[in-house]
Amino acid sequence: MYAQALDQKDRSPVIAEDPVRLERFEARCTAEDKIEPKDWMPDAYRRTLIRQISQHAHSEIIGMQPEGNWVTRAPSLRRKSILLSKIQDEAGHGLYLYSAAETLGVSREELSEQLLSGKAKYSSIFNYSTLTWADMGAVGWLVDGAAIMNQIPLCRCSYGPYARAMIRICKEESFHQRQGFEIMHTLAKGTVAQKAMAQDALNRWWWPCLMMFGPPDQASQHSDTSMRWKIKRFSNDELRQKFIDAMVPQARFLGLDIPDPELRFNEESGHWQTGAIDWSEFRRVLAGDGPCNRQRMRVRRQAEDEGIWVRDAARAFAAKRAARRQAAAIAAE
Amino acid sequence: MSEATTPLYEVFIRPKAGLSHKHVGSLHACDDDMALHMARDVYTRRAEGVSIWVVRSDLIAASDPVDKDMLFEPTASKIYRHPTFYDVPDDVGHM
Repeated sequence: MYAQALDQKDRSPVIAEDPVRLERFEARCTAEDKIEPKDWMPDAYRRTLIRQISQHAHSEIIGMQPEGNWVTRAPSLRRKSILLSKIQDEAGHGLYLYSAAETLGVSREELSEQLLSGKAKYSSIFNYSTLTWADMGAVGWLVDGAAIMNQIPLCRCSYGPYARAMIRICKEESFHQRQGFEIMHTLAKGTVAQKAMAQDALNRWWWPCLMMFGPPDQASQHSDTSMRWKIKRFSNDELRQKFIDAMVPQARFLGLDIPDPELRFNEESGHWQTGAIDWSEFRRVLAGDGPCNRQRMRVRRQAEDEGIWVRDAARAFAAKRAARRQAAAIAAE
Repeated sequence: MSEATTPLYEVFIRPKAGLSHKHVGSLHACDDDMALHMARDVYTRRAEGVSIWVVRSDLIAASDPVDKDMLFEPTASKIYRHPTFYDVPDDVGHM
């Protein structure tokens, strides 16, 4: 999902943990106890969470870009206000998540540096372009829909600060999906050209959205431990299937076709079955070769550089106010 | 990063009049005033509260989780501190 790159190999050295503490820790996880920042935790748990939470945060931050692309061209003031609120939410989500990651002992500056240097990943989905207004609908309906599928179980994650951040995020995310569906619905029942635009957006976003859930279970490397430690509750394939089963009827309702000639309902399993997912595309995008990877990083770095004076000014202003307060205190003595 | 780090603040919000402030999260800001402004933007986008407190994280004194048992065990062993400990005949009615 937003932390798909977790499924890549962790190359850090494995630290031998104290077996007694490890056993106690795992018992707490099994008992659904919440782990808090100052509790003892295995090094691998801390590292996995830092990676997962920060990738999630980076995704929210980068995720503002594809939507920002349409702020000035939103078709009405209503749509523009909604889009602005949604983008503001994405920034907020990024901030909640960075704070949660920081409780694990990594600094905001380090996290930001990892994103800017390209060391840290973000979700593959944000490397696709938003070519038409219908993409704002598809992003809300499909991308945020997929995100919610993944994030609801994260509200019960064993790590307290992450779980609490996810609860806030899920509450807000539901507006995102509904506004996306509304855009799609409006277009789908509009003119022939508008409906075609909605269909085109679905065509382009469907497969990348299925990839958001990460590689198939047999190729995923971290699942077992993450499941045991209650970081993850469902496998990639389980969540992907839930998403497909939820989306197919919604697409039908919109009168749009899922771009998959092999899509069929499996009577036996009771699930919708899709054709094969092109995992080579997923790997290519994650490795940096998607349609917009370079642009996303360039814009992010530019924003960081252009913000330096703001941060400098804030610090200078804080120092000036502190000095004034001090002078006033001395004068009052 | 060559830039100086900004202090961490904890944010507490009173959801509505009559309720107490509750911890909602944290943020970075250069001073108290900016932390308040930032808290408003980050944590109250949907009428979450009527009052905000911010305090620098490094000013909070906290109990050590390691001492949890020692600190809080007595509340478990002194069950007579709870009203349900006492036998009151049913005929007495609500008390």
